[in-house]
Amino acid sequence: MALDKATVARIAALARIKVPDGEQEHLASELSNILAWIAQLNEVPTEGVEPMASVADMRLPVRDDVVTDGNVRERILANAPQAQRGFFVVPKVVE
Amino acid sequence: MTGLTGLTIAAARDGLRQKKFSARELAEAHIAAVAAARPLNAYLVETPERTLAMAADADKRLAAGEGRALEGLPIGIKDLFCTEDVATTAGSRILEGFRPPYESTVTANLWRAGAVMLGKLNMDEFAMGSANVTSAFGAVENPWRRRHDNRPLVPGGSSGGSAAAVAARAALAATGTDTGGSIRQPASFCGIVGLKPTYGRCSRWGIVAFASSLDQAGPMTRTVRDAAIMLGAMAGHDAKDSTSAPIAVPDFEAACARPVRGLRIGIPREYRLDGGPAEIEALWQQGRRWLEAAGASIVEISLPLTKYALPAYYIIAPAEASSNLARYDGVRFGLRVPGESLEAMYEETRGAGFGVEVRRRVLIGTYVLSAGYYDAYYLKAQKVRTLIARDFASAFENCDAILTPTAPSSAFAIGEKMDDPVAMYLNDVFTVPSSLAGLPAISLPAGLSDDGLPLGLQVIGRAFDEETVLAVAAALEAAAGFSAEPAFLAGGRA
Repeated sequence: MALDKATVARIAALARIKVPDGEQEHLASELSNILAWIAQLNEVPTEGVEPMASVADMRLPVRDDVVTDGNVRERILANAPQAQRGFFVVPKVVE
Repeated sequence: MTGLTGLTIAAARDGLRQKKFSARELAEAHIAAVAAARPLNAYLVETPERTLAMAADADKRLAAGEGRALEGLPIGIKDLFCTEDVATTAGSRILEGFRPPYESTVTANLWRAGAVMLGKLNMDEFAMGSANVTSAFGAVENPWRRRHDNRPLVPGGSSGGSAAAVAARAALAATGTDTGGSIRQPASFCGIVGLKPTYGRCSRWGIVAFASSLDQAGPMTRTVRDAAIMLGAMAGHDAKDSTSAPIAVPDFEAACARPVRGLRIGIPREYRLDGGPAEIEALWQQGRRWLEAAGASIVEISLPLTKYALPAYYIIAPAEASSNLARYDGVRFGLRVPGESLEAMYEETRGAGFGVEVRRRVLIGTYVLSAGYYDAYYLKAQKVRTLIARDFASAFENCDAILTPTAPSSAFAIGEKMDDPVAMYLNDVFTVPSSLAGLPAISLPAGLSDDGLPLGLQVIGRAFDEETVLAVAAALEAAAGFSAEPAFLAGGRA
């Protein structure tokens, strides 16, 4: 499966990663090589095989829905690139 | 005090208890070694003040006869573990400046056992790499050099800083994490021991996530017994990680003394690579003879889907990574590059903050999860993963542990294998299958290549049977008598 430049631009937009125009061609051929190598999986018959999402052989544990942590707003916001009055600040999103 | 940095965990523990030296002396010797190791670029952050403060606390407890399992023992921490108020970057520009307001469960367990922190260790960016060349903060150098060739070599990856520091005697031990081989392959390249426990044995809480269904923390040490001691302190159930196994932690150290007589050791025929180096095949044969001499029996086994493990891994791991790394958006922590809109800010930040390998994998992951391709790639890989796990389950009906080489080569030079991502991925050909199956596996140094570099053997066990893995590894270690030292020793020679 060969990827073209337009597909790379589309995936990059989905992944929210800016890829400069000049790098898209090279990336397309690199990703195509990886996908061509991955395609050998098609040799493996998998009809009727259950997909494995995790090896952990267990039921998901359930806990009481109670607050066990918190009151650390300032410590959390200390890592924010931009914070104001107890909030994360982002560029304007409403017109 | 150079002798102190050459000690094993077991010997340092005994020396402290017998008052042969203090935790402060041990800490000071290691702080000097960490500074001397700077040319390797193994440490991203040195924490000497914290080292001394923790050592002072250890000396008090030791004086009171209240020393805990790792009391006063200086260790390094891979920079993938969140450490409270100590910078944690995961080797990425996008997390530069991040100071976690919390401590990972594994490191908290280590501190609760009395261990002393030396600093944070360099690694491939977000643990994506097999040579520690993708770190945003520069490559790590392997303390080993080839005979008659002075080119700097890679330490392997992604736990390359951990492996280099332990090999160079700039830490008694270090934490690593392993997603597809990131503990075992660098351990093999640097001539140390690296243990990836069963998935679920160690809590993943507070470890920067790469591929959540595969990531596991483990010890990197200079002996098998040290790995057992350290794993005992790292492991245990944690309610904060829903995949952490609610089972008791056995006495791993005691398991190292178990006899291997009567054990059945599987040799998988598919791990014999056409055109692979003869010295690796020879070491593997040697390992088989060592175990036979110790009373184990050798059985030929088959893991038919071995060759499909790597391609399945390079769908599953990038898919999970593309989801896990969505959180780096310039809003809550780390780097922000301004943009005209929120969307543009995301794209600029992630474009500037991720290195080329991370970008490559996030894009692959995004692609294989995208509409129209999900079934063909992601679902297919998950089905192949089921079959690979079944392969191991069938094999373990006829054997108790599996012996393989750890890596298809010894350490290569910095700059080699850089142009072809797939060639780099092939480093993990022997380590990825057991990762997909979630099984425990160890690498131990067993011999030297023709040009004088360490080569590792890998022992794979049944889920939650680290004890047999350790017993077999200890028997191999005793037979191999590996005593070679790297060219560069930060802590001086013992």
